[in-house]
Amino acid sequence: MENKNKERPNFFERLKFGLAKTRNSITSRVDELVKYYREIDEEFFEELEETLILADVGIETTEDIVNYIKKRVKEEKIGDVTKIKDLLKEKITSILAEDSSNPESKDRPTVILVVGVNGVGKTTTIGKLANRYRKTGKSVLVAAADTFRAAAGEQLEIWCKKAEVPLVKHEDKSDPAAVVFDAIQSAKSRKVDVLLCDTAGRLHNKKNLMNELEKINRIINREYPAANKEVLLVVDATTGQNAIAQASIFKESVDITGIVLTKLDGTAKGGVVIAVKSQLGIPIYYLGVGEDMDDLQPFDPKAFVEALLN
Amino acid sequence: MAFENLADKLQSALKKLTGKGKLNEKDVKAAMREVRIALLEADVNFIVVKDLIKKITERAVGTEIMESLTPGQQVIKIVNEELTALMGGTQSKITMSPKSPTVIMLVGLQGSGKTTHAGKLAYYFKKQGKNPLLVACDIYRPAAIKQLQVVGEKAETPVFEYGKNDPVLIAREALKFAKNNNHDIVLIDTAGRLHINEELMEELNSIKNKVHPHEILLVVDSMTGQDAVNVAQSFNEQLGIDGLILTKLDGDTRGGAALSAKAITGKPIKFSGIGEKLEDLEVFHPDRMASRILGMGDVLTIIERAQAKIDTKKAQEMEKKLLTQSFTLDDYLEQLEQVKNMGSLQDILSMIPGMNAKKMSGIQIDEKQIPRTQAIIQSMTPEERSKPSIINASRRKRIAAGSGTRIQDVNQLLKSYEELKKLMKQMTSMTKGMKKGKIKFPFM
Repeated sequence: MENKNKERPNFFERLKFGLAKTRNSITSRVDELVKYYREIDEEFFEELEETLILADVGIETTEDIVNYIKKRVKEEKIGDVTKIKDLLKEKITSILAEDSSNPESKDRPTVILVVGVNGVGKTTTIGKLANRYRKTGKSVLVAAADTFRAAAGEQLEIWCKKAEVPLVKHEDKSDPAAVVFDAIQSAKSRKVDVLLCDTAGRLHNKKNLMNELEKINRIINREYPAANKEVLLVVDATTGQNAIAQASIFKESVDITGIVLTKLDGTAKGGVVIAVKSQLGIPIYYLGVGEDMDDLQPFDPKAFVEALLN
Repeated sequence: MAFENLADKLQSALKKLTGKGKLNEKDVKAAMREVRIALLEADVNFIVVKDLIKKITERAVGTEIMESLTPGQQVIKIVNEELTALMGGTQSKITMSPKSPTVIMLVGLQGSGKTTHAGKLAYYFKKQGKNPLLVACDIYRPAAIKQLQVVGEKAETPVFEYGKNDPVLIAREALKFAKNNNHDIVLIDTAGRLHINEELMEELNSIKNKVHPHEILLVVDSMTGQDAVNVAQSFNEQLGIDGLILTKLDGDTRGGAALSAKAITGKPIKFSGIGEKLEDLEVFHPDRMASRILGMGDVLTIIERAQAKIDTKKAQEMEKKLLTQSFTLDDYLEQLEQVKNMGSLQDILSMIPGMNAKKMSGIQIDEKQIPRTQAIIQSMTPEERSKPSIINASRRKRIAAGSGTRIQDVNQLLKSYEELKKLMKQMTSMTKGMKKGKIKFPFM
């Protein structure tokens, strides 16, 4: 991000900055459309469909949205294309807005298992989450259960140092379930508020790796039934339609409770989030909007759509 | 839920065409609508889809229909050809510098797999008898240098690192080091970046201007959405790339990024990453990839892998044994070894024609089954292996205990072995080949 050393812009500005690309691509195209089409005709809807597809919203959800707008246009006899933007905003907000309970609102000890495919930013997200929870006055413990990727433990160690939280770590290539087991015992005796478990990136179609994840999940359930449990799926905002497959299969395996959308500060369009929420009903908890420790924010559907379309 | 892959989608779209005597504009148009949706769902870039559909339609609604093909087959052929052309026609290789060392620079977005693929490339060149050097120029990501060192160790390739110094300096020093130490390939791992970050893009350009790499390879995650072409395009415009490495193709991504990247940038895909292990790197074959997308299977790859991994002489011996019915459990064990060498079974199966993802989802192959079976056979005495009929209840109990399995597992294995033998008998008398779906892998 540009002004790293200057005064930090507030959350809203940063979110807006992070989303600038997305916003520009969707809104400017819509604005363009609005300029060119004085009448709302079939071609107009086709162009609208394309706009959403280019934002990675996906064809199914795009069709839902476009059909909804078509219906409204017909029912209310809307002849004014400028109203399309309002309708679009309204529809996307309604898809995203169904409320979700953020893990921070719980007062019981919480175990958060962080999962996802390779390279989406799980370890970085853990670092940011640890920092965030600690700053809100919670005691945090991190479990380095990515024992597979070379130097994942070291990477996490550096993050934990920065966030000033303790880390439970075993040797490389050791059993990740054992790391989690130890971390839970440690979390119990230290009475920590939040235990964050990093896991190795895995492609969701690798059955054996998913089994391994299920085992870790079972251990959490068995060893710490009193804890509030969250499973966060980290999704790279540049991901296309495969994010739906990821969410669906991880959900089946370990019952995802929420999504962290990362790398939104790139050229990411993040439109796939809308599809994931719409098709699978998995809420988005956090957004990663930068490379700094503080660049993780709770997901606010209204702000998100507002930043997306205004 | 839209979960079928591109091959399924195209197949069902084109099925409507197969079997029809004549192909008119209306038919093609209807099929193309399906193809369009399928391609978009596969994350093929929108502009590329538009272009592709136009080309296919033009070719399909024309005179090109060959006498030997049905119109449907003709369209599949055209789609296949256009997909192949879009991905770069023939395979393209790494340009080797006539003067050693050849410098290859890996660039890409964060998390696309640069470090992992630097290691895979080192291993790849090592196997070709080269002497590669890995260079750690990612000084930003925590533990990136350490990761490269671990990967380098596995690939038995030295890693040049210079701490968190200026990456340009590191690259320059690495080049000197390579020249002095007879390294003929220099692989530079760079920091991941978001391509809007001009500061880091400038850094890449400085490295480029300093070391003049012969190849700049952009590493792209095959799961990337519509943005893939923008990424490829901006790296190409701002830095200039020579080719792409497509990673994480072992996932269930429909891989539209592959189609698009080449089409938009004109730069070929040179390698694809197909797993987490060092050897999981393949030279990219556009034609095979197109066939795979279309569900025609990737027979060429299986054959190539089998040729590389299976000992021909042993295979001939095996064939003889099969024919003469002297196939023992020892031979079975050897056969398992060979299959194991070919890579993951799931991988191999997915390449067999007719084995598309949908059918595959029902079959989950337990990769541990093979080592388990091996353990059972290895717990038998030589006599038992050559004459399985002598294995009675008490022997079974001993074998199960010795291999850490259950008696049922031993029974299952013996049964499979008998079935296999029976099957072989049938096969020797039946030269026509086997019917699809009839044979079962004995160890499944």
